[in-house]
Amino acid sequence: MSLIIDRRLNDRRKSAVNRQRFMNRYKDQVRRAVDEAVAKRSIRDLQGGGNLRIPVKDIAEPVFRHGAGGDREYVLPGNRRFKSGDRIERPKGGAGDSGSGGSGMGESVDSFAFTLSREEFMQLFLDDLELPRLERNVVGGVTTMRSQPAGYTRSGAPRNLHVIRSLKQSLARRIALRAGRAAGRVPFLDDIDLRYRHRVLAPQPMSQAAMFCLMDVSGSMDERKKDLAKRFFMLLYLFLTRKYEKVDLIFIRHTEDAQEVDEEEFFHGQQSGGTVVMSALALMREIIEKRYAPSQWNIYAAQASDGDAFGADPEKSRGFLEREILPLSRYYAYVEIPESAAARASTLWTAYQRVGLPHFAMKRVAARGEIYPVFRELFRKEAQ
Amino acid sequence: MTALERAAGPLSTGCDWSFELIERYDRAIAGIAKNEFGLDTYPNQIELISSEQMLDAYASTGMPIGYPHWSFGKEFLRQEEAYRTGQRGLAYEIVINSDPCIAYLMEDNTMAMQGLVVAHACYGHNSFFKGNYLFRQWTNPDAIIEYLVFARNFIMQCEERHGIDAVEEVLDACHALMQYGIDRYRVPRPLSAGAEAARLRAREEYEWRRFDDLWRTVPAGARAAGEAKAGGFPAEPQENLLYFVEKHAPKLEDWKREIVRIVRKLAQYFYPQGQTKLMNEGWATFWHYTLINRMFEKGLVDSGFMLEFLHSHTNVVAQTGYDVQSYRGINPYALGYAMFTDLRRICEQPTDEDRRWFPDIAGGDWRKVLDFAMRNYKDESFIAQFLSPQLIREFRLFAISDREDEDELEVDCIHDDAGYRRVRKLLAQQYNRDQQLPNIQIVRYDRDGDRSLTLQHTLHRGRPLDKDASRVLDGLARLWGFKVNMVTVDTDGETCNTMCASPSS
Repeated sequence: MSLIIDRRLNDRRKSAVNRQRFMNRYKDQVRRAVDEAVAKRSIRDLQGGGNLRIPVKDIAEPVFRHGAGGDREYVLPGNRRFKSGDRIERPKGGAGDSGSGGSGMGESVDSFAFTLSREEFMQLFLDDLELPRLERNVVGGVTTMRSQPAGYTRSGAPRNLHVIRSLKQSLARRIALRAGRAAGRVPFLDDIDLRYRHRVLAPQPMSQAAMFCLMDVSGSMDERKKDLAKRFFMLLYLFLTRKYEKVDLIFIRHTEDAQEVDEEEFFHGQQSGGTVVMSALALMREIIEKRYAPSQWNIYAAQASDGDAFGADPEKSRGFLEREILPLSRYYAYVEIPESAAARASTLWTAYQRVGLPHFAMKRVAARGEIYPVFRELFRKEAQ
Repeated sequence: MTALERAAGPLSTGCDWSFELIERYDRAIAGIAKNEFGLDTYPNQIELISSEQMLDAYASTGMPIGYPHWSFGKEFLRQEEAYRTGQRGLAYEIVINSDPCIAYLMEDNTMAMQGLVVAHACYGHNSFFKGNYLFRQWTNPDAIIEYLVFARNFIMQCEERHGIDAVEEVLDACHALMQYGIDRYRVPRPLSAGAEAARLRAREEYEWRRFDDLWRTVPAGARAAGEAKAGGFPAEPQENLLYFVEKHAPKLEDWKREIVRIVRKLAQYFYPQGQTKLMNEGWATFWHYTLINRMFEKGLVDSGFMLEFLHSHTNVVAQTGYDVQSYRGINPYALGYAMFTDLRRICEQPTDEDRRWFPDIAGGDWRKVLDFAMRNYKDESFIAQFLSPQLIREFRLFAISDREDEDELEVDCIHDDAGYRRVRKLLAQQYNRDQQLPNIQIVRYDRDGDRSLTLQHTLHRGRPLDKDASRVLDGLARLWGFKVNMVTVDTDGETCNTMCASPSS
């Protein structure tokens, strides 16, 4: 007689530890794969976790086996056209190995594909930027309060009386008081039994944010600079999505004049020309007025540029920023991406340095590794 | 069949399964298997699991308990990906050669699939495990689970004491040599977790007692001089590399020695499985087909059940030609099933050709013939003995010969009168373990000199080692603790290549 057992409720993640070991062992390869995936991905998809590929030769387990060369025969099924003695051209890539029961013509799988969960992906991505966890930071103001349940109290308004709780208390009391007594008069319900629902007001973050990405796409912004900018924007986006239910992204690129574009165009579109920062700021204000009333949206902006602005533009931009933009926004970050770490401060940088408001921050980023530290520094201010 | 035998109606209709239904199917199948076909099996333990758990079980080589190692994680990811992207369905079952025989059934299966799996695993594989000579000689189905628990606990303890990385390094080196950790001529002592644990304790205690600080003061030269012996060691070449390491590695720590032993024992346990894949799957497939059809004849299952059953049966035994893109080698289910079915045909309806080729079994009792074949053969000999010309034609088997000194491949033989015997011989060789694995043996341990170890790789028909070999050798050197050399010689004994690894690399 067979025994039939239901094991479906047993531990389901037996392989989790082995999976983790694999990840740790091939951290470098996995990281590289994450990096590649990030470069290909749009800002919004970044959080999706994802499919990664790493070269199979990196993770192969070595064993002693026959290599190519030497003499051998192998048997294959499905002959339709050959007679004995026929000669055939050698298939490319060495005719596979006859290892497990003869897989005649080679099957070539050169990359190992696997899927990471969202958390793993994020962790690796953020790891790449030498990042601890982000959640604990708080950016921006708290605007609405909502009442929410918070257990029970002994006092309260009659309409909040919790009948079942109260009766439970009374039952316990009655049992306790009757214990050891033959008979006695124990009140059915006493004041000390009463329990009321308790509610507290809890701050609710405003649930929507608008994130403005401003980027200079003039001739001097090359792919490297754009990639750095993209990483910065990504971090900001991630950061905001952890805090707000809904985050709108607005991409504004500018040369001499500014345009609102979609993400694809923003990062990959080709354009050249001079640099007039003012145009982007003006467009941003226009969009805020039209679509993102500051009373309903938390407005964040990140500006990336190499800072090559000319003439009166830097000074004008600073003034406009201080007067028109900063009062409307929660936070404004300016990231300057110079040609190299040793480059001189730009004209825009010099002008922006005189902005004295607490929710304006600026930093220079010259290499990938610096992005996260800079990012954290930019946002630490608000956290305190 | 008499009218009385016919059941009142099918055991179930529709595709939902329940525990009660599985029990009824199991009872019905067991009845047919034992009483009508005389299958001898271990008792069954059927376990229902989810698809996630099936993936888990897959990744740990089908065993319910495994020690942690990254390579299992890699396997898990590979399986998960294949499953998720729909390249591959999950196996419907996993069955473990233990007593009682444990079979996993997946909860997503329909009733028809569960029926198939019960027939396939619990009566097909199970009877094979119990009957086949390799399994009878080489495995202890009653002790394996216990041993796995012991192995897992031991390795996890080592991780705590010595760190995960250190343990991983030893395991990596051992896994690479797993195929060379098998005793082929001496039947191993039965596994016993209790005995293993007791042995460990005894060893530790001995170390404690023997420890005496005074020994440090004895001059070192005196001892070494006495031990020097003439003649090389080992006296004969050793093919079980892991065993040699376990017994003779000069400065391997005890816990590492124990890990080597564990991997070696597991390799030994899997040894018969690798050599009977085709037979085992063929046998189980033949029996699920036969048993379920018998149930249909008896009216125990309805035609809806049968349609679904046949659908997955035909998928399982499909064999594509070599020139189709999805070709993944010869499907052991297909060829194995075809061979057992063919044997039955040879017994029941022999042709003249069969009488010429198989005079002793043509027209015999198919049950006896099949039982005999199952008990006494492994893949290699099974094919060499029983592959009939008719099957060679059916599968259109042909052989390609690949010579190093020629630019083109040549068709060696095809499915014609002139070729049957040669095709059969070559196919059988393809399942010969000795042809798949390079011939590597330990020939010298320089015990009184620099303690280096020398392996000899004997070229077989000029086939060189894959370049991975140097990494395997590095691992071996780490275990050994001293230099390891590998000498490649051709069949005339001429040295054609040497490799060397030292423990620090």
